[in-house]
Amino acid sequence: MKFAIVKGAPPEPASPTRAALAVELSQTSVTFGSGASAVPALSETTMRIPDGEFVALVGPSGCGKSTILRLVSGLVQPSTGAVIVGGREIAAKALRIGMAFQNPTMLPWLTIEQNVMLPLKIVEPFRSRFRQEKRGGFRDKVHGLLAQVGLSGFAGKYPWQLSGGMLQRANLCRALIHEPRMLLLDEPFGALDQFTREELWAILQELWLAHRPTVLLVTHDLREAGFLASRICVMSARPGRILDDSPVEFARPRSIAMTFEPDFVALNQRLRELIVDARSAQTAGSA
Amino acid sequence: MSINLKRRFWAAGLILLFFVGWELFCVISGMSDLILPRPSQVLATLVQRFPVLWPHILQTLATTMLGFVLGVALGVVLGAIIGVSRTAYDTAYPLLIGFSSIPKVAVVPIFVLWFGSGTVPAVLTSLSICFFPIVVNIATGLATTEPEMEDVLKALGASKFDILWNVGLPRTMPFFFASLKVAITYAFVGTVLAETVASNRGIGNVMMTASSNFNVPLVFAGLFILAGLGVALYVAFSLIEMRVTGWATRKNDFAAA
Repeated sequence: MKFAIVKGAPPEPASPTRAALAVELSQTSVTFGSGASAVPALSETTMRIPDGEFVALVGPSGCGKSTILRLVSGLVQPSTGAVIVGGREIAAKALRIGMAFQNPTMLPWLTIEQNVMLPLKIVEPFRSRFRQEKRGGFRDKVHGLLAQVGLSGFAGKYPWQLSGGMLQRANLCRALIHEPRMLLLDEPFGALDQFTREELWAILQELWLAHRPTVLLVTHDLREAGFLASRICVMSARPGRILDDSPVEFARPRSIAMTFEPDFVALNQRLRELIVDARSAQTAGSA
Repeated sequence: MSINLKRRFWAAGLILLFFVGWELFCVISGMSDLILPRPSQVLATLVQRFPVLWPHILQTLATTMLGFVLGVALGVVLGAIIGVSRTAYDTAYPLLIGFSSIPKVAVVPIFVLWFGSGTVPAVLTSLSICFFPIVVNIATGLATTEPEMEDVLKALGASKFDILWNVGLPRTMPFFFASLKVAITYAFVGTVLAETVASNRGIGNVMMTASSNFNVPLVFAGLFILAGLGVALYVAFSLIEMRVTGWATRKNDFAAA
């Protein structure tokens, strides 16, 4: 069940396995600022995510989980080491990655339909066809995706007319509309109530099973990680390292009832202990 | 709708009450019309002298609009530069604040010195007085874009221009229109100021001449005209604002009036 992550392994030469890797972090560290005020956020992390996998990152607050997301999306450059996404070293130009945050950031002057359509206006090959198809094919595409998350009939509404849970569904649609190979989610359901959250887990699972993007999910909710992920990485306190990396092998589609079964509870328990240890190691270190 | 109607009724009532009160005050106190003319007198003067006043009204309106349009253009460009670039903000802001703190009355003689009296100094004065609120509001609107929204777009590979066009500028519209309403009133102040000091045309000049002839009702007629023009332009911009940025004012329908 558990295996230690290989540290300091030299980058492999081009091989079939390499091509199937969506994300590869090798000996990557990130430090914000410089000199005396330098803050190490991530220390020499090595991580490999095969194409189409659903990885959850859990760990104590401020451990660098979000930094990994920002590395993969190209928003942050590594201080040392390399980040390879889709077989290429990540450059300033990112590869049409879908992102969603806890804050749904819908633009208030656009309808839900227009909000979800926004990535098509920016990402090629949709961009060059946007004018011709925004009232045709693209519109159908948006409506189709909205229907999948239970938002049909809300396309023409404005963001302030929707509840937090509905906005977060629209947010997922916006992150997926341009069929990204990679989806980065930073605590997307953190601000929702328990029942809405469970509902959205099921929706996200369905979307993932249907489109199969590679997903990197940052979360504080261990049940969420266990329910959704095919692999869970536990990180240490800042500066973050990966402490534990385990596959989650429950059959899909998973149900909420499954999260109360003994195996699932045991997994939860083990993850919890790892994080509690990581937290207390940090407290002892700083004392 | 009935609440809206009621509100309008009370607003109209207050305006009427103001003028009736003024009229009564003049009649009862026997105030000389050299000090405070009655509103009915002002209105009579306005109607009677309208053919003479009309070219001056056009002059003031044209000067104000020209100064305003140039001021808005300058304000938008400066505001966009300052709002997008942190370096430009830090570098240019102190200078801008210094410039905007100068009382514009003090600048009119300099403009007259450079360009002679007439329309040019009036346009320049109204420009220099109205561009600052635009700069501040555009810069604020652009600088308050949600960082998460920017991250989402950058991850998609959006260029700086994509982000500005799709998020920055629409976001700035409510700030922009709020500042337009302030700027148009300022532009009038600038024009009339320059006209009183150095011009032989325009409402400002008419009021100056009238006051030196002790034609006080005509001075007040000038005030009425300025107030009317100011209100008309304010309403015009409010209506455009409602159309463009209705999303930002959905909760208060008094923004329309």
